[in-house]
Amino acid sequence: MNILYDERLDGALPKVDKAALLAELREALPDLEILHSQEDLKPYECDGLSAYRTMPMLVVLPERIEQVETLLKLCHARNVPVVARGAGTGLSGGALPLEQGILLVMARFNRILEVNPAGRFARVQPGVRNLAISQAAAPYDLYYAPDPSSQIACSIGGNVAENAGGVHCLKYGLTVHNLLKVDILTIEGERITLGSDALDAPGFDLLALFTGSEGMLGVVTEVTVKLLPKPQVAKVLLAAFDSVEKAGRAVGDIIAAGIIPGGLEMMDNLSIRAAEDFIHAGYPVDAAAILLCELDGVEADVQEDCARVEAVLKAAGATDVRLARDEAERARFWAGRKNAFPAVGRISPDYYCMDGTIPRRELPRVLNGIAKLSEEFGLRVANVFHAGDGNMHPLILFDANVPGELERAEAIGGKILELCVEVGGSITGEHGVGREKINQMCAQFNSDEITLFHAVKAAFDPQRLLNPGKNIPTLHRCAEFGAMHVHHGQLPFPELERF
Amino acid sequence: MRADYDASTALLEQVSYALNEGVALRIQGGNTKSLLGRPLNGEVLDTRIHHGIVSYDPTELVLTARAGTPLKEIEEVLDAAGQMLPCEPPHLGDGATLGGMVASGLSGPRRPWAGSVRDFVLGTRVITGHGKLLRFGGEVMKNVAGYDLSRLLAGSFGCLGLITEVSLKVLPKPRQCVSLSLELGVAEALRELAIWGQQPMPISAACYDGQALHLRLEGGEGSVQAARQRLGGEHLDNGFWQDLREQRLAFFANPAPLWRLSLPNNTPPLELPGEQLIDWGGAQRWLKSEADAETIRRVVSAVGGHATRYAPGDDSFHPLPAALLRYHQSLKRQLDPQGIFNPGRMYAEV
Repeated sequence: MNILYDERLDGALPKVDKAALLAELREALPDLEILHSQEDLKPYECDGLSAYRTMPMLVVLPERIEQVETLLKLCHARNVPVVARGAGTGLSGGALPLEQGILLVMARFNRILEVNPAGRFARVQPGVRNLAISQAAAPYDLYYAPDPSSQIACSIGGNVAENAGGVHCLKYGLTVHNLLKVDILTIEGERITLGSDALDAPGFDLLALFTGSEGMLGVVTEVTVKLLPKPQVAKVLLAAFDSVEKAGRAVGDIIAAGIIPGGLEMMDNLSIRAAEDFIHAGYPVDAAAILLCELDGVEADVQEDCARVEAVLKAAGATDVRLARDEAERARFWAGRKNAFPAVGRISPDYYCMDGTIPRRELPRVLNGIAKLSEEFGLRVANVFHAGDGNMHPLILFDANVPGELERAEAIGGKILELCVEVGGSITGEHGVGREKINQMCAQFNSDEITLFHAVKAAFDPQRLLNPGKNIPTLHRCAEFGAMHVHHGQLPFPELERF
Repeated sequence: MRADYDASTALLEQVSYALNEGVALRIQGGNTKSLLGRPLNGEVLDTRIHHGIVSYDPTELVLTARAGTPLKEIEEVLDAAGQMLPCEPPHLGDGATLGGMVASGLSGPRRPWAGSVRDFVLGTRVITGHGKLLRFGGEVMKNVAGYDLSRLLAGSFGCLGLITEVSLKVLPKPRQCVSLSLELGVAEALRELAIWGQQPMPISAACYDGQALHLRLEGGEGSVQAARQRLGGEHLDNGFWQDLREQRLAFFANPAPLWRLSLPNNTPPLELPGEQLIDWGGAQRWLKSEADAETIRRVVSAVGGHATRYAPGDDSFHPLPAALLRYHQSLKRQLDPQGIFNPGRMYAEV
């Protein structure tokens, strides 16, 4: 199925004369770096979802906010679509360019403007990498909590646009919980500040609305994040189970015991074996599932909680429970999990990473459903799971060189997401809708809800020039996708052709 | 406990009637937050007919209830399961409801450490200005599908739609909770708070009342006892925090108008006429003052904060910059095109 922008389904885009636009940009912004030749544009044709590629018409690489302001004003006046992008590590095609649009690369805005330990905040430009913030705060024993697995490369502007998560969300929240203030430019080139230096701001909570809006409402120009004191200690328990159901129940038992772990991850047998082959983390390769439970905080509390969790895990039927003996073993336990994706990449020519969320109690049902789909489509699926917060990452193994396998991988991926919706979950926990899940949006929301999303967009960008075609499908697309009647799991989903 | 009742059809009918007749609605639950915002005309829409906890599974850490459910009922049910609303929402009177808690977005003393009301909102059902009952968000912790309308509704004072149901993330109650008071000057108290804020201390509330710094410690036995010993001070009854949250401390009896100042947490003591009580470790300061709104707001804006008057009037909320106000109006027009939901409650133009 072709997921690239389709004017028939996604709405007509304004026709832009490339040569005229280029000439006008050069005149209005003589010191702006503009890429326009095919070989220069090529590296920008995709983001982290590299299966989908579109050559942008032009790429601009501004270095001053005033340039972005002028550019947006010009695009607004000339009716030119704009796709903003940071590091381009997103996994849902949120920064996929448009043939008829400008790709606005914010990566050069990479300065940390202020780290204020007493105020416990950092003020940074949007192109600053996630990990660089924690590194800059480290001398003060502070850090920025959200840690998406791409944190070494992904930029904070993209984190805001996607409301990025990570493995510590249950305890420390998503990006939206860790922001104080975001400065944006609207498509009209107007600067507005959302949030404030205080813990709240007057008026509607536009900061919450903007976070995760996938570049549809404005362009991030500056971000003020909260910093937290680093936990004194962190300890990791690894528990093996002979069934995924037991592992799933153990997660509920830990929480019922009143404990909120810093991280709580589950891996199934296929992922365990792949990770162990790759990293030699010391995982039990015969286990049906493992749980990694990280407890962090003040030393005395962590000791107590470790003892409690160990007892809970044993009572829940764990066949083996191990506490990482030292920091090196703790790092190894995590390395297996954090490298699960590339590990799976070693046992399959290609893999496709999904990102659904479910209420945790539905885990056995969803895993069974995935196993059935895997059999039906003839593709293996490895499961890694942010078990604490119900965020699943099924990895679909396929070979793009075998005709039809990519299409089958996409089809089973779509089915898995619809299954998540059916049990009361969501099609995306942290990767975003982007272009990738645009059709599944029609399964999660009905036409009135989608209409309201378009109304929100119209409040900020009525000409739909910012990132058109992402995040919210047109009603036309949903009608064509044919899934409008599958809503909130009220009805089982029918067998639908994807195209 | 009253019998649960799903009155969403009746609420939809009242909204449809308002749309057809062009009548403005004044959304009301327990009417405990009416001292905030501009006075409203319009027909009362009473959310309390729509009440009851729809689902609560302690191991999922999620509670879903109808907007008219009394906050007290929710807190009792959570308490029985050893859980709580971490944002400690103020009731400000008998009969406060879940809908009012979310629509006002007010959080209690634990807010800087645990998060605000909106931080715990996972999903909502809402009747829109187009007369539709829609659902946004859900009952899962992570959900980035579509725009986050649920969190937008938190603190919007009913101006963007009628919240009929809310799903909240809840958390286990800490195993241990003790409070203490330290006799310190204001400058020293703020300095100490800034230092402790950079350390993994189990502080979950901090208030300076002019004489002493009051602290609450919450967490495991080990960390709380260690911090208690390190800090010393006098024992303080934990009930203090409820009195602070509900504005029952002696400070609030002062007859001068009450202001809430929201400030960057490391703001030094602010020079303003009247009396102040510091909450949220410095990030929220209560002011009893006869000074005019303009004076107070000038001082507060200069340090990056904003001021809300806790008394009805035309300018109870801090004015917005012109560009931001325009986007508020634009959003209101899109979501409530006929302007039937609490028009003007926050700002005359919205």
